[in-house]
Amino acid sequence: MELRKSYFADVRKDDLHEIGQPRPRSDSPGHVTGKTAYFADRNFPGMLHLKMVRSPHHHARIRSIDTSEAEKHPGVVKILTAKDVPHNVYTILILIQIGPEDETVLADGKVRWKGEAVVAVLAETERAAQEAAAKVKVDYEVLPAVFDMEEALKPGAPLVNEYHGQNYYLYDSGECRKVRFGDVEAGFAGADHILEQSYQSSPIEHAPTETTGCVVAPEGNDRFTCYTNTQAMFFTLDNASIILQMPGSKLHFVGGTVGGGFGGKVDVIVEPIAILGAKLTGRPVSFIYSREEEMQISSPRAAEKVVIKDGVMKDGRIVARKVTGYTDAGAYSRHSPYGAQKGAGHYPGPYTIPNVWIDTYCVYTNRTPSSAMRGFGVTIGDFALEVQMDKLARLIGMDPLEFRFINAYRDGDMKAHRQPTEGAALIECMQEASRAANWPVAEKYLTMSSYKNGA
Amino acid sequence: MAKVPVQFTLNGSEKAEFIDSGTTLLNALRDKIGDTSPKGGCHQGTCGACSVIIDGELRLSCLTLAETCNGTSIITTSGLAEAGVLHPLQRAFLDTFATQCGFCTPGMIMAAKVLLDHTPNPSREDVVEALSGNICRCTGYEPIIQAVLTAARSNSQNAA
Repeated sequence: MELRKSYFADVRKDDLHEIGQPRPRSDSPGHVTGKTAYFADRNFPGMLHLKMVRSPHHHARIRSIDTSEAEKHPGVVKILTAKDVPHNVYTILILIQIGPEDETVLADGKVRWKGEAVVAVLAETERAAQEAAAKVKVDYEVLPAVFDMEEALKPGAPLVNEYHGQNYYLYDSGECRKVRFGDVEAGFAGADHILEQSYQSSPIEHAPTETTGCVVAPEGNDRFTCYTNTQAMFFTLDNASIILQMPGSKLHFVGGTVGGGFGGKVDVIVEPIAILGAKLTGRPVSFIYSREEEMQISSPRAAEKVVIKDGVMKDGRIVARKVTGYTDAGAYSRHSPYGAQKGAGHYPGPYTIPNVWIDTYCVYTNRTPSSAMRGFGVTIGDFALEVQMDKLARLIGMDPLEFRFINAYRDGDMKAHRQPTEGAALIECMQEASRAANWPVAEKYLTMSSYKNGA
Repeated sequence: MAKVPVQFTLNGSEKAEFIDSGTTLLNALRDKIGDTSPKGGCHQGTCGACSVIIDGELRLSCLTLAETCNGTSIITTSGLAEAGVLHPLQRAFLDTFATQCGFCTPGMIMAAKVLLDHTPNPSREDVVEALSGNICRCTGYEPIIQAVLTAARSNSQNAA
């Protein structure tokens, strides 16, 4: 693919000496010699191993927890329950004022998804911690659970998360994020064709080769050094500070080296409880997810459902688009209210449509809490939008690429969420794609520009 | 728990340790001896990140009990460079941008070394087959394959 001189000639700087030049990566020498220090490569004398007792139920009340047998297990040093966590109810995005706090570090009275952390066991060896965890007795009263977003939104559905009070995230705009632009019903009324389709996806696990975890060492100066593979260093530090009610100056986070993340390591899950364990025992603590935990416990990409209704003219113009998006947060918010909101901003795609109506819902179910993953909030939406574009082109008997040229946004166009389009390059990308893929389009599309009135 | 003595050669040095019976070679190398170049990705023999070379053969150290390695000679990626000079495979991985997160890299290099030790001039298919037990979740397989082929070429040039 080529960056042709003709593209954006007025603003092009062609003194980009670094572009196209190979430069060695600064981290590669460590990788090829095995010297790169990942968090789990830190080992400290007397280090304890943390294992979690997890909920076997999707939704249940905890009647009682009995740790007495586990405490007697050889090698066990400390067992933690909800009452040991200074500020047990938290939510990651509280740092940017997106509440309410809705998730427990260790379950308190209730579990809301299968795999939820209930009791933390710290022992001299990984094996002892695992064996002792199996001896913790939790008495559950199983509650009805809901796994489907549309079922969860129906009246009378089991309430997943009491901190929200209803099975959706309440935005300042109400039960969903809303975008209103033009008059979508008038657009449909005047359209030659209407096409309504629904698209849905399942959760997707990032499956990094290095599992989630951290190693915490108490220092002589009353501080704690946390070696972690988080992708969100300062989110994690600040949330740990809140959860532990400990000033951030007591916490020294060391990271940045991540054995594969893909967005799966931006939640704050392992660090606060490991630091608490180190604080209460005075010993280094290692908390590393097993492969099974990485696949079953760590947040996946959210399941999504997207319903798109379009009004299109025979000449190829889309005149109205209505999108309803549902993001399955699972039992807790984590990053999903933000993901669903991103979806609202992202629709109706890189197209200029005069009449747009968008509702995006962040829905709570008793599934594994979902969170960030590569373009979360827009990736599944893009899949739905582009499949819809192909279907619309077919409906009116038009080439799918030419159909996109007709509707492509261009500089100066007002987007549905009231941001004027700037720096668009979709037309130029499609021109180059047309050549690269040998997918010919009419000459008039090859002479178009993202500048509406010519460069 | 009763301790078991183990003794083997690691990258040319004699090592002796007392370990808990049942300790994997991966844990013995990482936690007891301090060679953290083999990585634990799955601990069930499916990802290849823990690959090491035992008596010339590629082995998964997460499925190998340390006590079965008595008297063997073990090679890991941390022992490949000689006097600070990178092994041709390490050089090739650098030059062809065959690392991303780097977590699979030591295992990949071990698998590639065993291939080149047995098959100095491999075909692309040979390389793909040899690396088929090693997962790169960053999915940077193409540069890794190119790195192994590049190393093979530089070896044969040096030999000529």
